[in-house]
Amino acid sequence: MIKSMRIAGVLALAAFFVAPQALAAGGAVHLEPANLEQDNAASLRRGARNFMNYCSGCHSAKYVRFNTIGKALDLSEEQLIDNLMFNAEKTFETIQAAMPSEDAAVWYGKAPPDLSLMARAKGADYVYNFLKGFYIAEGSPTGVDNIVLSGTSMPHVLWELQGYQTAIFETHENEDGSVKKTFANFEQLSAGSMDAGAYDEFVRDTVNFLAYIAEPIRSDRRKLGVWVLMFLIFFYILAAQLKKAIWKDVK
Amino acid sequence: MSRIEAEVGKPQGGLIKWIDDRFPLTSTLKYHVTEYYASKNFNWWFVFGVLAMVVLVIQLVTGIFLTMNYKPAAAEAFASVEYIMRDVEWGWLIRYMHSTGASFFFIVVYLHMFRAMLYGSYKKPRELIWLIGMLIFFVLMAEGFAGYLLPWGQMSYWGAQVIISLFGAIPVVGDALVEIIRGDYSISDITLNRFFALHVIVLPLALIGLIFVHIVALHEVGSNNPDGIDIKKHKDESGKPLDGVAFHPYHTSKDLVGIIVFLMIFSAVVFFAPDMGGMFLEHANFEPANMTATPEHIAPVWYYTPYYAILRAVPDKLWGFILFAMAVVLPVFLPWLDRCRVRSIRYRGWMYKTALTVFVITFVMLGWLGLQAATPLYVMLARVFSVLYFAFFLLMPFYTAMDKTKPEPDRVVYHD
Repeated sequence: MIKSMRIAGVLALAAFFVAPQALAAGGAVHLEPANLEQDNAASLRRGARNFMNYCSGCHSAKYVRFNTIGKALDLSEEQLIDNLMFNAEKTFETIQAAMPSEDAAVWYGKAPPDLSLMARAKGADYVYNFLKGFYIAEGSPTGVDNIVLSGTSMPHVLWELQGYQTAIFETHENEDGSVKKTFANFEQLSAGSMDAGAYDEFVRDTVNFLAYIAEPIRSDRRKLGVWVLMFLIFFYILAAQLKKAIWKDVK
Repeated sequence: MSRIEAEVGKPQGGLIKWIDDRFPLTSTLKYHVTEYYASKNFNWWFVFGVLAMVVLVIQLVTGIFLTMNYKPAAAEAFASVEYIMRDVEWGWLIRYMHSTGASFFFIVVYLHMFRAMLYGSYKKPRELIWLIGMLIFFVLMAEGFAGYLLPWGQMSYWGAQVIISLFGAIPVVGDALVEIIRGDYSISDITLNRFFALHVIVLPLALIGLIFVHIVALHEVGSNNPDGIDIKKHKDESGKPLDGVAFHPYHTSKDLVGIIVFLMIFSAVVFFAPDMGGMFLEHANFEPANMTATPEHIAPVWYYTPYYAILRAVPDKLWGFILFAMAVVLPVFLPWLDRCRVRSIRYRGWMYKTALTVFVITFVMLGWLGLQAATPLYVMLARVFSVLYFAFFLLMPFYTAMDKTKPEPDRVVYHD
């Protein structure tokens, strides 16, 4: 145990010096902007529906309570219970995955991560491109790989909607003879139930919801911030007058 | 007073007199507040001391409320922070004020220190104020570092792992020292507990004690001013400096304006950009600490990055640590490295002005480089700026002695 801890420490230190170079050399895939409409309640409601239908089977959002969502998305208790709470009894409960995570870890090799903070940890653009980035890959246990997160254990859950696509890579030969593959574009292999535009909208709504649950008070804090700044401007005017009055005899 | 006494027919004084007979209340208030005279020509560079006090109070008050819901345990810490952010009434505001306050503490303290360099505030007779101030800065760095582990996110964990393991570079005692700091063979629940103890008790107590001494020392010798000249040379019949105005109500009313402007900027960040694009709250810290998965890019929070860039610029681990430590400690010696007899930059020569300008660019560039991935170009740049950083201090005895100064005025320059 002690030895492995020490090795972990050495690895950390190595990663600390080496990883940044690797990151810079690897050249991350260009992320398409998600262009979320953060305060669009209709988009958030569709996103909540998408999340509960397609994500919550495997992924929890264990810090997020249904009644918090209900308040922000203007949903009544009945609407919450009928449309979103598939495996919860009370509105104060948090979003739990239907699939036990121990089993999931065995089935997929890795338990599906909790999604409460995913959009904040990775960025909305990352999640948006991830959900659009599955492509057919031979040799992968799930039959697919992902352009944003290569080697992902996640299967292409949304294949019925998007259909399957393949990724086209361009190969460049470097001066030292090594071959570098860069992603060029996707090619649609089979059609899903949605066309490309509708699928983009579907993913955008879902990511919008994920961004919302990552920080549920986001729109509240902005509204309050305006009032706080208005108060401070008013306070500034008073304080500046006071200062002027007190200092008028200083020559 | 005597008229009132005569009217009522018995000695007056009341509660204040009763206290004054037993405790130096009025005399202390006079000495430190109503009859503490500081130069009337302070510019806005002189507001950052008060602002540091404001941030200290913000951090203490929000910190107390955070401890009421935070759980210092590896299994619960991350979830308890999310509990504060989502379920505790106004918890999000308290937490954002605290996390934003940490960054603003360093912004304000760096500018406060820069003010001292602009106007020679560290020079005789204020050397001790500067030394105590540097101690405050060291404690603040430790305080920020201990606090950053507490949310128990990925960057908390791996940042601490990397920085603590640096002490392992010290010959002979290194490994033992690292184990003492961590209390374990890796960052663990035990480390989190002791960092919590340090962050909420030991270091804040040290900070408050040192700040108290910092102010006592300042009020003993009096505040510097933008002209860097002694205002006590010219006093009126009652012994009040001609160019001084009382701390209260003059400087307090002026500071209030500065405090409000500060709060505007502070609130703009708290309410509209609490993570500052990953600078104040790093993205990777929204993932819980995972000792089996290293984040792609480990970088400390921005306020440590100038020193971190110097550490990374050195290819050898031990020498990297030595130069890193020297970079942090060197400013302590400023009062003795600076050989110029003129305090204020207004009357100093081109050499110091150039050196200070280059130093500011160097410090900002090192800070930026410390945030970037260590590509060969950036490491090269970090080396160049590291040399400039040390040159500023180590060559100071020479260029400040050679520099031609301008004559200082007899009285402070004041425009209405």
